[in-house]
Amino acid sequence: MNEMILHGGIAAIGAGLAAVGAGIGIGKIGGSAVEAIARQPEAYNKIQTTMIIAAALVEGVALFGVVVAMLQA
Amino acid sequence: MAVLLGMIFLFNISLKAQDHVDNHTATEETIKSEFDPVAFAFDHVLDAHEVHIAGEGASSITLPLPVILWTEKGLVTFLSSSFHHDNEGHHKVEKKGLNFVKYHEKIYQLNPGESHIRLEGKDVVNAIQPLDFSITKAVFTMFLVAFLLFFVFFKVARFYKKNGAVAPKGIVSWMEPLVLFVRDDIAEPNIGAKKDRFMPYLLTVFFFILIGNLLGLIPWIGSPNLTGNISVTVTLAMFTLVIQLIFSKKPFWKHIFMPPGVPLALYPILVPIEIAGIFIKPAALLIRLFANMTAGHIIVISLISIIFVKESLAWSGLSVPMALFISTLELLVAFLQAYIFTMLSALFIGTAVEEAH
Repeated sequence: MNEMILHGGIAAIGAGLAAVGAGIGIGKIGGSAVEAIARQPEAYNKIQTTMIIAAALVEGVALFGVVVAMLQA
Repeated sequence: MAVLLGMIFLFNISLKAQDHVDNHTATEETIKSEFDPVAFAFDHVLDAHEVHIAGEGASSITLPLPVILWTEKGLVTFLSSSFHHDNEGHHKVEKKGLNFVKYHEKIYQLNPGESHIRLEGKDVVNAIQPLDFSITKAVFTMFLVAFLLFFVFFKVARFYKKNGAVAPKGIVSWMEPLVLFVRDDIAEPNIGAKKDRFMPYLLTVFFFILIGNLLGLIPWIGSPNLTGNISVTVTLAMFTLVIQLIFSKKPFWKHIFMPPGVPLALYPILVPIEIAGIFIKPAALLIRLFANMTAGHIIVISLISIIFVKESLAWSGLSVPMALFISTLELLVAFLQAYIFTMLSALFIGTAVEEAH
């Protein structure tokens, strides 16, 4: 029982850290995409597609954290 | 430093919580009917043998689904309502001289002479699990999605067959933009000229995930967590992998076994990574969809659970608007995940079918 609570707590901290990393990553991707679109509005579609692919890849890592936390909880 | 301090702080809290639990185990056992949000949330996101509509416990209104088991005495079928909403392995159903119970949404076959399920720790000791081919909630939802897709798309196909390429009307005008979106914004940029061959797959997977995600947001059909079921997403990602491998061309394999512009000394490192990459990409694809949808369901349930944990109606002032907000966000996520899954599938297929240039 005690061990389970401790595991759950540590797994949750891990998931939180993964979310911090993904947040920084997606923030940078989004920021750069906004800058790029401001410079070249006509490339909006291409930039958006690339941005979503990159964001999805980063987000996947955070979700691995969530899955591990769920398995531990 | 701040992070370290924060972690020490959190660690202290969890240790304190632990002490707290130690002191109160006795009282907790006396108050049996305490609401457990974690168990409730996991019960909801996991598969079930009935579609839950309303109510709780023995008085709940559910849609029973067929249970189909393969045992040593052959095929056994009965409706899940025979269990009378029992999920703790107490109510046994007798068929063909075998006794079945349902424990935590899994069907167990009791050993001869046993009347209910016995546990040692978390393991069931006096029953075995027969092969279970039941129409569960996820399978039922899958049929529902398939039915909806057939209904809508046969209608759309008939319209174009009858009228030719004219301006769409009715439900057709809802579907045409989506189909064009998949073709022009997903297939065309990622696959290119050969896209027509893969359009049926991409459209199927896009609409299957989209409708599955959206059905998960409807509470009165049990908000089925179809695309948050890892078996479903594994199957979808396997389709992408198999299609990618079947249609792969020479340049794709050349990039894996002989990466161009790489010193020979790096080959022993790079080639295994590239080979692993073939399988890691679909694995990431399936985890993304699974975790996104499951997390969405859990967040909504956790927010609603605040009311029951705090045992005060006043908390609904906070939890209901928050749940509404997340549900609205989930509408966006439902579409976004269908889009991302389809786009990454198209991207993987595109890299595989690319000719040398």
